[in-house]
Amino acid sequence: MHITRGFTGRPRVDDPGLPPGQYDAGDDWPVLSAEVTPDLAPADWTFRVDGLVEEPRTWDWEDAHRLPPSAYEGAIHCVTSWSKFGVRFAGVSLDTFWDVVRPHGSATHAVAYSHTGYTTNLPLADLTGGRAWIAWEYDGRPLAPEHGGPARLLVPHLYFWKSAKWIAGLRVLDHDEPGFWERNGYHERGNPWEEQRYSGD
Amino acid sequence: MTDTFVPPTRFAVPGRIAVSEQAASVWQTATLTGIRRETARAGTFRFAVPGWPGHLPGQHLMVRLTAEDGYVAQRHYSIASAPDDSGHVELTLDHVEGGEVSGWFHSVARPGDQVEVRGPVSGFFAWPGDRPALLIGAGSGVVPLMSMVRHHRARNLTVPLRLLVSARSPEELIYARELGAETTPVFTRSAPEGVPVGRMAAAHVAPLLAEQPSGGWEAYVCGSNSFAEHASRLLVTAGQPVDRIRIERFG
Repeated sequence: MHITRGFTGRPRVDDPGLPPGQYDAGDDWPVLSAEVTPDLAPADWTFRVDGLVEEPRTWDWEDAHRLPPSAYEGAIHCVTSWSKFGVRFAGVSLDTFWDVVRPHGSATHAVAYSHTGYTTNLPLADLTGGRAWIAWEYDGRPLAPEHGGPARLLVPHLYFWKSAKWIAGLRVLDHDEPGFWERNGYHERGNPWEEQRYSGD
Repeated sequence: MTDTFVPPTRFAVPGRIAVSEQAASVWQTATLTGIRRETARAGTFRFAVPGWPGHLPGQHLMVRLTAEDGYVAQRHYSIASAPDDSGHVELTLDHVEGGEVSGWFHSVARPGDQVEVRGPVSGFFAWPGDRPALLIGAGSGVVPLMSMVRHHRARNLTVPLRLLVSARSPEELIYARELGAETTPVFTRSAPEGVPVGRMAAAHVAPLLAEQPSGGWEAYVCGSNSFAEHASRLLVTAGQPVDRIRIERFG
């Protein structure tokens, strides 16, 4: 440990919900997309799940909204070290989509991709079991474009770059394949509790 | 691994510039060697980092401060200095109201103090100097862009480079003394005699896109999210390809 002379930091809040190296951003919700925010209308939004699945399928806005709703309330954690508590997202659990497409027994990972071309890789285990959503509402309102609206992937137990904005689909694979930030020096899994920020963490 | 999955998308995402990632996982001691005031709110902090592996203009690093009770604060900051192999890096930091890290830098730090740094991080916003660069920034968003301008000058690069920078007033324009013929400043609150006051607009972007260099511009946009949204829309509207725009939004 290397003490910084004269550094006291903000008042300590013994918050078990704050992963190591993170701080509470409070009311802020920084935007960190690397690409131009797309002008994507709900009517033009589609979400496809294919690859190693029994029944590849594409949902449009209306199809997806006919699925049983599911909500997430809790924290999100960005690799740039802010965390945000008490966020409320609504959409559909990814499990609902898995039930339809039925991944093969050989499936281990998925690449999530956006309508912008952004990609990020995730183990299938992180996308199942009620821990991942397709979300189109935030705080009771339509998700803003700069935050990924009309709809984004939501995987709140991993750093937020895994929650791909403007989600267009999931390609199911039998191996891991790095996505956009993972090829730019970031960790392949991104677990905030293990502080898996960069390659090699 | 064989066929990399390429998503079937309507938009394209900017490609990647490969960078060395060997040193990004190690925390190193950085010793503050000097502090320069840039504006009333911004200061430049120069560090000696003996093991610094070098960086590309536009990259950032992580800074870690540790309190006596073990409390740790980490932040990402863009690197302001050009890569010069001197074992030094510079950060230009705004004094953020209530900011625990920027507050320490602006109120407590003095030469000789040590912090920990890790990096360089991310190859996405990097500009190695290999292609025409159109740089658009606002406020402290000019910091990574200045690393590119300085690199361009230090290496006497001939590839075209332009900087369009927005500030509230001449007094708040970071690096004002260093900016040259490559730069067009835009002032949003007050400006020198005879210079119009107003938000960055299509008229500022149009002349830059009118001079299309060979291979076209690679655009780098840096600033607050609202500025980045505004500037990237101006670029797209003016005809800049969406897959040739790289954005770094300061949270």
